[in-house]
Amino acid sequence: MDGGKIMAGSATGLARKGALGPSRSLTEPRWVQWIAIGVALAFLSLFLVVPLVSVFVNAFAKGIAVFAKAIVDPMALSAIKLTFLAALISVPANLVFGLAAAWAITRFRFPGRNFLITLIDLPFSVSPVISGMVFVLMFGAQGWFGPWLSDHGIKILFAVPGIVLATIFVTFPFVAREVIPLLQSQGTDEEEAAFVLGAGGWQMFWRVTLPNIKWGLLYGVILCNARAMGEFGAVSVVSGHIRGRTNTIPLHVEILYNEYNFAAAFAVASLLACLALVTLAAKSWVEWRYRNEN
Amino acid sequence: MNKKMRMFLGLLLAAGGGFVAPLAAKDIVLLNASYDPTRELFQDYNEAFSLYWKNKTGQTVRIDQSHGGSGKQARAVIDGLDADVVTLALAYDVDALAEKAGLLPKDWQKRLPSNSAPYTSTIVFLVRKGNPKGIKDWDDLARPGVSVITPNPKTSGGARWNYLAAWGYALKKWNNDEAKAKEFLTAIFKNVPVLDSGARGATVTFVERKIGDVFISWENEAYLVVNELGKDRFDIVTPSLSILAEPPVAVVDKTVDRRGTRAVAEEYLKYLFSEAGQTIAAQHYYRPRLESVKAKYAGSFASVALFTIDDVFGGWSVAQKKHFSDGGVFDQIYQPGR
Repeated sequence: MDGGKIMAGSATGLARKGALGPSRSLTEPRWVQWIAIGVALAFLSLFLVVPLVSVFVNAFAKGIAVFAKAIVDPMALSAIKLTFLAALISVPANLVFGLAAAWAITRFRFPGRNFLITLIDLPFSVSPVISGMVFVLMFGAQGWFGPWLSDHGIKILFAVPGIVLATIFVTFPFVAREVIPLLQSQGTDEEEAAFVLGAGGWQMFWRVTLPNIKWGLLYGVILCNARAMGEFGAVSVVSGHIRGRTNTIPLHVEILYNEYNFAAAFAVASLLACLALVTLAAKSWVEWRYRNEN
Repeated sequence: MNKKMRMFLGLLLAAGGGFVAPLAAKDIVLLNASYDPTRELFQDYNEAFSLYWKNKTGQTVRIDQSHGGSGKQARAVIDGLDADVVTLALAYDVDALAEKAGLLPKDWQKRLPSNSAPYTSTIVFLVRKGNPKGIKDWDDLARPGVSVITPNPKTSGGARWNYLAAWGYALKKWNNDEAKAKEFLTAIFKNVPVLDSGARGATVTFVERKIGDVFISWENEAYLVVNELGKDRFDIVTPSLSILAEPPVAVVDKTVDRRGTRAVAEEYLKYLFSEAGQTIAAQHYYRPRLESVKAKYAGSFASVALFTIDDVFGGWSVAQKKHFSDGGVFDQIYQPGR
């Protein structure tokens, strides 16, 4: 997609440089351009900018003091802590898994390879509610492992491990999906050269493979992290909604909203909005760096 | 799945479970799984109880709360939510804990006074200020052109009370003619534009999203809305006849015995029946049981003729099976999007 953009840009640039005149007649008339831009902008501001602004307006509607109080409330702090914990575990887990899966898929031929590719996409195609339900069916007191777990005093569901598991599940595809096409397009030439020159497996990975895919990997990690912190559906099913114990930021927002505590709800929601903005900035930066290096 | 496999998975998960922060050894933590509108009530009550328990035993007790639709909460406890006590909207949901998971004995309701319901409530109507649609009684909800908000009886305890209150009214009006009652409920549910899953979601729909002319609501929730969110925006209309709602409380035996919290959990529920507990309930617009508190707060509650679920329906399990099971009367009368 980005490639296409660059191509289009350079094509018009070349045409202009040629100054041979036909450029205007080859593109749409000016008014069509304006309408297209206008429609796109109106759509964007209606569905993205206005809601985003309204989050911040509502968050500060009752003043900065109310905003600050909502954020440093012990329940909010514990939700923030839990959200970070879940992301801190699930992102590295998916980083390792995603790399391993991408490596296996692009470098080896083995039976079930295509099935594995499809399987990685499963969390994207399954509704988050179902993702949560799966864990209830497995680890719930009436589920497959429930009786064994409770006999041994292990809590998965309605506790932190369940939330982490659900988060890992829904963020499964992000890293692998970003890295697979990169590894595929790069092929094995450089690695083979390294091997011929006497590099061991790890050396080859650190010196050749990783530098080639690092921007794609970082991109995947950023998206993975954003989803891990923002996930609502699956986490809502497995959380049990215990205040101060198993509430993540998105769940805490819902609870505050349901308690008519709208200013506080939007204050906490604005944290998530900030996270989205940071993600966006990081994503653009990575894209920019990647383009510069190539 | 073979035993080794299970063992392995279990160990793996145990390793993952290790990071749950351990609590200070002496502090007791209880979990109260409750239904939707009790948030404010238990916020105050938990504080009072912690103080009481500290003075009595010197131990620090913290009560964690989980709220949601009553049926949904019961399901979570069945699936393993570690609630020491449940304070749900109706007895049927506690029965489910006994029947589906054996978490407490079947005669749980006899263990505390007053059917294990420390406070009662009823079902009233919340309307927009000045009652522009002239809602006076249940009949007005069935009128065409009146938009009615009520949550989903399949997931919300409050909504089941709403439904049964309307049914009881219809039976009385048409001399126990069930066909007429069914017709009447069909007309009411035709006027319902959205079914939220819990009472609190439905309140937000009516109050904040400003959908609907009348909201069939718990009496306590209606008073909360009027007194906290705007005397100038809403009025309460009490119907001529309504249902006596008895939200029950129970200790979850299996959980408290495993966690060693039985003594404090039992006291937590008993204290609800004390003068202090009853006063807090009354302050949150739940009708108290204790005569002395009742007298003190008599002015807060409108007098209304009430029938009980046992009188009209023969108890919760009968009502549940007939009206709310799959293919039951509610499924027959409610077809969304008509």
